[in-house]
Amino acid sequence: MAEVTAMAPSREVEEKNVNKTVKNVATVVCTGFFLFLSLILVYPLFCGLIASFRPGRELIRRGLALNLDPSEISLNNYLYLFSNNADSKKYWMWFKNSMVLTLVTVFLTLIVCYFVSYGVTMYKTKLGSVIYILVIATMMVPFEILMMPLYQEMIDIKLVDTMGGVILPGLCAASTIFFFHQYMISLPKDLLDAGRIDGANEYYIAVRIMMPICKPAFSAMAILCAMGSWNNMLWPLMVFRSASKFTLTIGLNTLLTPYGNNYDVLIAGSMLAIVPIMAVFLVFQRYIIDGITTGAVKG
Amino acid sequence: MKKKGSFLYSQKAAPFVFVLPFVITFIIFWVYPLISAFVMSTQNIGAVSREFIGFKNYAKLLKDNVFHQAVANSFEYMVLTCALLIPFPMLYAVLLDGKLVKGKGIWKALMYVPALTSVVISGTLFRLMFTEYRTGQMNVLLALIGLPAFKWLKVKWTSEIALLVLCCWRWTGVNTLYFMSGLKSIDKGLYEAGSIDGANKWQMFRYITIPLLKPTTIYVLTISIYAGLSMFLESFMLWAGNDSPKNIGLTIVGYLYKRGIQKNDMGYACAVGVVLLVLAMIINFTQLIINGQFKKEEK
Repeated sequence: MAEVTAMAPSREVEEKNVNKTVKNVATVVCTGFFLFLSLILVYPLFCGLIASFRPGRELIRRGLALNLDPSEISLNNYLYLFSNNADSKKYWMWFKNSMVLTLVTVFLTLIVCYFVSYGVTMYKTKLGSVIYILVIATMMVPFEILMMPLYQEMIDIKLVDTMGGVILPGLCAASTIFFFHQYMISLPKDLLDAGRIDGANEYYIAVRIMMPICKPAFSAMAILCAMGSWNNMLWPLMVFRSASKFTLTIGLNTLLTPYGNNYDVLIAGSMLAIVPIMAVFLVFQRYIIDGITTGAVKG
Repeated sequence: MKKKGSFLYSQKAAPFVFVLPFVITFIIFWVYPLISAFVMSTQNIGAVSREFIGFKNYAKLLKDNVFHQAVANSFEYMVLTCALLIPFPMLYAVLLDGKLVKGKGIWKALMYVPALTSVVISGTLFRLMFTEYRTGQMNVLLALIGLPAFKWLKVKWTSEIALLVLCCWRWTGVNTLYFMSGLKSIDKGLYEAGSIDGANKWQMFRYITIPLLKPTTIYVLTISIYAGLSMFLESFMLWAGNDSPKNIGLTIVGYLYKRGIQKNDMGYACAVGVVLLVLAMIINFTQLIINGQFKKEEK
């Protein structure tokens, strides 16, 4: 041990003298690696984007690969989607349904989850810790297991084929409650007492004092929740029956018939379906990254 | 605002009111379906009638070869995704956390992009890339190294590759972000102390990073086990439906969906779900015990 510490100063000098070029080479190699990795990860979407400017029959006949051959490249698929015909009407209906479902889901989920975690976090009661354990417990059972009985239940209480049937089971999303909890736990509780002394009641404090403070948590959760809802497929696939209620994910899935010739709509529609969520991601990127990683910090 | 007299507004009642929505949805959409999953699994459920048949569904499962194959497929998928989606993202996170990579923000964002796409879109893109035609992306790659075109999605081991590539494509970025947030909580002073003691980069990774990342690793492992065992939509999309040649892509949840929705045999499907729940619990608790999660005090 003594030897090592005695050697330390000389090591430090050595380290300072590390050849700059070696470090530069390492930087180039590592950065290059991430460039390469990112390119691979973006590549399938890029192929899809290029393919969306070609006739859909190409996809059925050839499969998907990067094909930069400029012949047959046209805006036809998109023009078709934006013109007034049966397919495009259907597509925009799905789009609208997805939008509405996402907005309603985000609004309700955030409000409910905020109040639940407020009740758990802001009051030191036994009830709070029990509820917290129950929230964690719901995380320990994969949704797929509850799927069948829940579906039966939806039929029994007549919520099948309604938006409520899709939204209600996920209303108290454990991950969202958990996130709010993590955020609120660091907030000073004195604020509550200050409010009480000023004569505010509990609900006034929760809505008018604490809610504005939790705005960053709301932003992060709104985006994550929107992404989840926009891309949600399995549960809506089971609950929605009438074609007029289909969302984008289920709708696009119906185009995947073995003899379908709707690949024009499928590929262009798929690319368009990524646009809203991509836009949200690019604008709120920082929040998203904070949001998804909160759960992992504490394990 | 000043309703001091009313009980509902008191500090004692407020937390109950706040958590009430959770309690209601918890009971209706979690406890009830969970219990009815067990109840339904002991029933033979027809269109109108239900009869109690004891453990006959489970006895049937024991002899059901298709179910055994589904379990084997899911299990294999889970093990392989854990093996791929923990070490590599950890390595990427360490690299992204270091000083050698430039433009970190861009890579982080690009790596997350695949997670924005819904399974319908990513599954369709990958199905078209793994097509059996010569012109599909994977066969183009094979042609580059002089191999003939291959029927990727018709052979067990190559279809497993397709599923894994799809899974890694979607989740590598997300898991990297998890590990990066775990790395943030490691005290940088430890590395300085390590380098003073003469530890090299590998030793620091092995004896500082890995042990201190353990909470994150366990978190990622736990969710990966659940996600792996309950995978369904990826295979559903890759084969454009629930039927793959010789059931090479059938998973436990796929089988549950097939029996419950496609064949309308809810009782049997619920038995599949219960087996999945038990399997998932056993595996995860074993993992958590091995990792010493129950030894130390929580929080």
